[in-house]
Amino acid sequence: MAENEAMEQQQTLPPNPEKATLEGRNKYLGFWFFLGGETVLFGSLFGTYLGLRSGVLDGPGPADLFHLDLVFIMTMILLTSSLTSVFAVINMKRGNYKGLLIWMWATVALGVAFLVFEIYEFYEYYHQGLGFSTSAFASAFYTLVGTHGAHVLFGVLWITTLLIRYRKSGLTLTNAPKFYTAVLYWHFIDVVWVFIFTVVYLLGIGG
Amino acid sequence: MSYEKAQSKNVIWDWLTTVDHKKIGIMYLAGGAFFFALGGLEAILMRIQLMFPEFSFVQAQTFNELLTMHGTTMIFLAAMPLLFGFMNFIIPLQIGARDVAFPFLNALGFWLFLFGGLLLNVSWFVGGAPDAGWTAYVPLSSESPGHGLDYYVLGLQVGGLGTLIGGINFLVTIINMRAPGMSMMRMPLFTWSSFVASMLILFAFPALTIGLLLLMLERLFGGTFFAVDFGGNVIIWQHLFWIFGHPEVYILILPAFGIFSEILPTFAKKRLFGYSAMVFATLIIGFLGFMVWAHHMFTVGMGPVANAIFAVATMAIAVPTGIKIFNWLLTLWGGRIQFTTANLFALGFIPSFVMGGVTGVMLATSAANYQFHDTYFVVAHFHYVIIGGVVLGLFGGAFYWWPKMFGYRLNETLGKWFFWLFLTGFHLTFFVQHFLGLMGMQRRVASYLGGQGLESMNFISTMGAFLMTIAFILFLINIFVSTNNKENAADPWDGRTLEWTTPSPVPEYNFAQTPLVRDLDAYWYEKYEGDGKMKAAEPLGDIHMPNGTILPVLISLGLIIASFGFIYMVIPLIIAGLGVTFGSMFVRSIKEDHGYHIPVEEIKRDKEEG
Repeated sequence: MAENEAMEQQQTLPPNPEKATLEGRNKYLGFWFFLGGETVLFGSLFGTYLGLRSGVLDGPGPADLFHLDLVFIMTMILLTSSLTSVFAVINMKRGNYKGLLIWMWATVALGVAFLVFEIYEFYEYYHQGLGFSTSAFASAFYTLVGTHGAHVLFGVLWITTLLIRYRKSGLTLTNAPKFYTAVLYWHFIDVVWVFIFTVVYLLGIGG
Repeated sequence: MSYEKAQSKNVIWDWLTTVDHKKIGIMYLAGGAFFFALGGLEAILMRIQLMFPEFSFVQAQTFNELLTMHGTTMIFLAAMPLLFGFMNFIIPLQIGARDVAFPFLNALGFWLFLFGGLLLNVSWFVGGAPDAGWTAYVPLSSESPGHGLDYYVLGLQVGGLGTLIGGINFLVTIINMRAPGMSMMRMPLFTWSSFVASMLILFAFPALTIGLLLLMLERLFGGTFFAVDFGGNVIIWQHLFWIFGHPEVYILILPAFGIFSEILPTFAKKRLFGYSAMVFATLIIGFLGFMVWAHHMFTVGMGPVANAIFAVATMAIAVPTGIKIFNWLLTLWGGRIQFTTANLFALGFIPSFVMGGVTGVMLATSAANYQFHDTYFVVAHFHYVIIGGVVLGLFGGAFYWWPKMFGYRLNETLGKWFFWLFLTGFHLTFFVQHFLGLMGMQRRVASYLGGQGLESMNFISTMGAFLMTIAFILFLINIFVSTNNKENAADPWDGRTLEWTTPSPVPEYNFAQTPLVRDLDAYWYEKYEGDGKMKAAEPLGDIHMPNGTILPVLISLGLIIASFGFIYMVIPLIIAGLGVTFGSMFVRSIKEDHGYHIPVEEIKRDKEEG
C-alpha cells in the first residue's frame, strides 16, 4: 500500500525534487550555510597545522613519514566516491530511484575503503614513533587529518542510515532533500581532502 | 499527532517538547535572565572585594574564579541567550512567518545552551570554577590544575554548538520565510541586524570550536599544540580565540543596535532616518568585525606592520558606527518624542555608547595601547559598550516587546525609576574605572595597595554596582506587580512593524492569514494609506504545524553525560552519553514527522474572540 503510494508520487515528482518543498529549500540553504561554518572550522585546523608543522622536535617529521603512493590511492578513492555520488544525483533527477541507491551504496563502499587506508596509515605512523603527544607537529597532524576522517565516518554512517531507511520507499519529496544534502556533505569532505593532500602531504614532502 | 492530542499535553511536558519559536524565545529569556543574575552576583562579590585596599572579603583564588565566571557567564550565558530570546520571538513575527525554518533545531539550540551553561556552573560545586579569565589564555589555562578549565572547555563547546545551530536557523528563516512583499530592503532593522549577527555567528563560532577542541585535547589527551617544549605555540590560542572573540562583540551589539532602531522611530513617530544607510552600515560593521581580531594582541609582539594594519582597520569601524549614531539622532530630530521607559533606554544608550566608542578608538591606537593594556581602562571601555550598548538594548527591548510577549505592559513609573537608577549606577561604576586604569590599576588582580590614590574611586565604583543591583531588583518587582495592565497590549505603542498586527499573547500559528507587505514599516503604511489592517496574502485555511518532540532535550542531555565522562575520564559514561546523543539523532533521522493541521474552524473562532 505504502509502496503503491510511493510509486504514484514518483511519477509526478517535479524535476528538482530536492528543492520542490519549502522544507526542502530550507534544508538545502541551511546546509550550504553549515558548510560555510565547516569551512572556517577546517580553516582553523589548517592554520594551526601550518603554524606547528615544523615543531617536530626529536620525533619523525613529514618527510620521514609520508609516502605519496599511499596518499595517491586514498585521494583517488575519495575523488571516485565524489563521482559516484554525482551519478546518484543524476539518477535522482531522472527519477531512477534504483540507480540512486546503487550509486550511493558505491559511495559508501569507497568511503569505507578510504577509512581503512587511513586507519592503516595512522597505525603505521604510530609504529614509526609518531604518537599523539610526540610533538606539536604530531598533535596538529592527527587532529587535522583525524577530524577529516571523523567527517568521512559520519558521512558513511549517515548515508548508510538513509539507504537502509529508504530502501523501499521510492523517491519522495521528503527523502530527496536528505539524499541531496548528504551528497553536498560528501563533496565538501572531498574538497577538504584535496587541501589536506596539498597542504599536508605535498608540502610535507616537497616543501 | 492529531490536533486534539497536540492541545491536551500537560504544561511541563509541553514546554520540554515545544518547537514553537515563541515559547523557545521565552525560555531563552528566562534562562538568560537566570544567568544574568548569577553573573551580576559574581560582579557584586568582586566589587565588594575591591571596595577597600587589601580587603580580604574573598580569597585571591576565589576572585580569579569569580572574574572568569563573570565574563564567561555574561557573554555566553546571559547576553547572547537574551538576544536570542528576542530574535526567536520577534523575527518570525516581523517577517510575517508562522515559525522559524527549523523548529526542531531551534529547540535543540536552546537546550544545548541551557545544559552547556549548567554544566559550566556545576564546576562551582565540585572543586572550583575555571580560573584563567574568560579568554582562557594558554599556558595558564592548559596548565591550570583541577577540573575547572575542563568544565569551561566542555560547557562552552556544548553551548557554542547551540549558538551555531541558532545562527544557521535565523539565516535560513530570514532568507526563505518572508511574507509576500517583504523584500530584503523592507525588513525591519532588528531583523536585518540579527541577520548580520547570525552571519557572524556562522563564521566566528567554528574558530572557537577548534580552539576549545585543541585545549580539550591538550588538557585531557596529552596534545602538545600549546606546549612550547614540544614545539608548540601559545600564540595560536590567542589568534583562534580572538578570530572568534572579536566578531562575538559585534554578534552582541548588532542586534542591540537593531532594537534601538525599532524603538526610536516608534517613539519619535518618524520613519527611521537613512534606512538603507543603516543596512549597509550594519553589513560593513559585520565585515570589518572579522578584520580586527589582532587588536586584542598589540602587546604580544606581532611587530609594527601588523599592529599598524590592525590599528587602522579598527579605527575604520568608527565610520559605519558613526553613520548609525547620526541616523538615530536624525530620526529623533523634529520627531514627536515620547519619553516612555523603552525610549529612555534608547536615548540613554546614545551618549553612553559613544563614550565606549571613543575609548575604543583610543585603545586602537596601538602605541598608546601598551599603556592601556590589561588595566581598568580596558575594563571601563568594554563595559561601556556592553552595558551601555547591549544591556541597555536588552532592557529597552524588554519594555518595548513585553506586551507582545506576555500580554501585559510593564509599569512605566517603576520602569523610569529603574532606568534612572540603572543608568546612574552604571556610570558611577565604570566612569571612574577609566581613571583607575590610567593611574595604573591592573585588571584581574584580587586586591590593591592603599595610599596610591586608588581608594576613593574604587569605593565609588562599588557603590555604583550596588545601585545597579537595586535597579535590577526594581525591574524584577515590576514584572510581578504589572500583570494586570492588560488593556491595549496588542499594539500599545502605535507600532510600525508586523509583530504589532498580531493579538497579544500571540496565537501559536502567529498569523491566521499570511500578511501582504506593501511598504517598509508595513503596519504603519496600512494605518495611514490603507484601512489599518494588513491585507491577506492567502485565503483562510487549515494551518500546518510541526509536532513537539523530546529529542532535543535527549540530544543535549547525552552530550552533558559524555562531558562528565570526558572530564573524569570514565569511558562507559562517554559511550553512554554519545550513545544517547547519536541514538536520538538516529531516531530523528529515520522517523518521518509530518506535523499536524490546526482546523480552519479553530482559527475562525480565535479570530472572533480576538
